[in-house]
Amino acid sequence: MDQGIITAIRIVPLEHYIVLSFLLFSIGVAGVVFRRNTIIILMCLELMFNSVNLLLTAFSAYHSDPRAQVFVFFIMLVAAAEVTVGLAILVMMKRNVDSVDVNQLNRLKG
Amino acid sequence: MLALFYLFAAISVISAFIVVSARSPINSVIALVVCFLSIAGHYVLLNAQFLAMVHIIVYTGAIMVLFLFVIMLLNLNKATEPMKSLGTRVAAVLAGGLFFITLIAAIRHGISITPANEFDPGVGLVRSVGMSLFNEFLLPFEVSSVLFLSAMVGVVMLGKKEPALRTVTLPVEPLTEAELERRKA
Repeated sequence: MDQGIITAIRIVPLEHYIVLSFLLFSIGVAGVVFRRNTIIILMCLELMFNSVNLLLTAFSAYHSDPRAQVFVFFIMLVAAAEVTVGLAILVMMKRNVDSVDVNQLNRLKG
Repeated sequence: MLALFYLFAAISVISAFIVVSARSPINSVIALVVCFLSIAGHYVLLNAQFLAMVHIIVYTGAIMVLFLFVIMLLNLNKATEPMKSLGTRVAAVLAGGLFFITLIAAIRHGISITPANEFDPGVGLVRSVGMSLFNEFLLPFEVSSVLFLSAMVGVVMLGKKEPALRTVTLPVEPLTEAELERRKA
């Protein structure tokens, strides 16, 4: 194997990656509460998925273990399935109540 | 290397802020694409080349195009969204900030773990990930195809124009006099 490969995990401390993914995850959480548009809430969910993926990959590189990266691969698969179902629900919601505002979906409030 | 890390980190955090704060959904999608590309840069820095490629293909190539397609289909590109009340917005920012502070407090004293394995430059290349995926994780890999099948069936069911049951319960219009006469004849 090429000895010239330098990975960032040997230079950048692991804490930097942890703080970066915490920051991205917090922005995603704030966005879910902040916005009313369903499509942007779905995008914030994707952002949170990606921060977790980044953290898993950083730990995988730190421990030199490829299994965490396989796990990230499965998370991507599940995210792809989730986003298709979410967007189909969004299209159905637009067709039925003619809006993408989450505040319209309050029939379970009682 | 450290400068590259900070560059990609700044791009991803700033574009994540734009995703949350942009008024138009199109701008949010574009900012999210930029964010995903910078995260792919992080993967390359971490020597996870397989993941970087899969990430670009799946997220930037498929998922974000799907988002753009839905925005185009539903004509959502105008910034017509009414904002939440001021109290809710302040509460949202506070919730995110407090969540971040809590997470930071958990690692305040630093993380003192030693690497489990010797450093291996081959980790993250297609060879090592593929060996792991098709030896250890073959069953979950196959089961994920069932997940996709069920997602596909669900999407088709949700996206159908008119449910078959609803056509049965439609009110039947009474026949007019002229129609009755025509049928008798």
